[in-house]
Amino acid sequence: MSKISVTDLNFYYGKAQALYNISIEIPEREVVAFIGPSGCGKSTFLRTLNRMNDTIPLTRAEGKVLIDGEDIYRPNTDVVKLRRRVGMVFQKSNPFPKSIFENVAYGIRINRIHSDKADLNGRVEKALRDAALWEEVKDRLQSSAFGLSGGQQQRLCIARALAVQPEVVLMDEPASALDPSATQKIEELVVQLKQQYTIVIVTHNMQQAARVSDRTAFFMLGKLIEYNPTQKMFTNPDEQLTEDYITGRFG
Amino acid sequence: METRIIDQQLGVLRDKILLLGGATEAAVTRAMDSLINRDSELAKRVLDEDTIINQMELDIDRMSIEILALQQPAAHDLRFVISVAKITPVLERIADHASNIAESVLVLNSQPEVRQFVEFRLMSTTASEMLQAALDAFTAEDSQVSREVIKRDKEIDENYKKVFNQLIEMMIDDPSTTTSAAHLLFVAKHLERIGDYVKDICELNVYLREAVFIKHGSRT
Repeated sequence: MSKISVTDLNFYYGKAQALYNISIEIPEREVVAFIGPSGCGKSTFLRTLNRMNDTIPLTRAEGKVLIDGEDIYRPNTDVVKLRRRVGMVFQKSNPFPKSIFENVAYGIRINRIHSDKADLNGRVEKALRDAALWEEVKDRLQSSAFGLSGGQQQRLCIARALAVQPEVVLMDEPASALDPSATQKIEELVVQLKQQYTIVIVTHNMQQAARVSDRTAFFMLGKLIEYNPTQKMFTNPDEQLTEDYITGRFG
Repeated sequence: METRIIDQQLGVLRDKILLLGGATEAAVTRAMDSLINRDSELAKRVLDEDTIINQMELDIDRMSIEILALQQPAAHDLRFVISVAKITPVLERIADHASNIAESVLVLNSQPEVRQFVEFRLMSTTASEMLQAALDAFTAEDSQVSREVIKRDKEIDENYKKVFNQLIEMMIDDPSTTTSAAHLLFVAKHLERIGDYVKDICELNVYLREAVFIKHGSRT
């Protein structure tokens, strides 16, 4: 069974339809990349996977989004719990104005995941290690998160997402504001994280999608044009539209 | 549709490999003409022009790497660059075989003329036709024609066996022909190898068009 299974999903911002009949199966512990031109609906679709769009007024989703077979749009869904299971990392790193430690500990505390102080410390350390940040910050955990570089802040946000033990991590252009070396670290991290998590990543960087993902989905004008193994997508896509997009024939 | 930077570069790359293909074709034809007509001057020309072919190979190698590194091609563009990069050394090796034939011709022409065999001409004609068809199929990205050309390699192999036996018999019958017969054996072997290389080109043509590797019986 797929980790995420979407069937005939339509999504509306007020009267404007943003997604059309999206159906997709995302396997567990794989990295799936969403690509497509700006405004194609890839970020909107990403945000339907943990109901992040609910926070935008007048939005409406039709269709089914199942995670482990459970429909996340059922009326009685606990959205807070859902977002703990399906964490999110944004394009712009957004640490809290707190210490490095508190940024990661925050989610653990409010969700009461830890048993005691030692357990909390252990969980923070694990999340920072999983986000490949521990070695760089272990001696200054009480310093402000704002003192970190852009790349480190983004990894801190990943650590914060991982701290609450999600099953799925959604990443919306997580490296688009970073320099090549910080980008490389994030990419290596994504590849490592798939051993434990299912990862969906939106990216404008085609080579990034090619490097990190197992499967790639190409969106255009709110439609899923093609979804295939990444190797197939970048060497021999089924659809001419995909070929035109990945070879830069239109942007 | 807007023109991409890569389009211009792929166009240049295509021109370069077609020029190399033309030069290789000419080398094979001239080498065989020099054998049939005992034309040492033509054989020397084949040898002289091999350095130009070697330069063409280096030039295409450099350009292919540059496109891969700087343009990061995908899909058909990627398959095109990969095919060119893989076909180029094959063409260069075919030209090397033409040079080797030309070297043998120079020795053969210093010896008394020996009987020529029909199968020799057949091998030569088939190899030239196959090479020409393979290059046309590359240009047209025609995988159907490429598959048909691959089948023709058997014709060369069969004639090679015949020529081989005939030359051995000739050596036994008249030991004074041994030097010439030995060189003709080399020539026959070079032609047989050219057939194999043309097959490689056709397999890459199929990859270019269909994104499948058909060599070694693979279907993926």
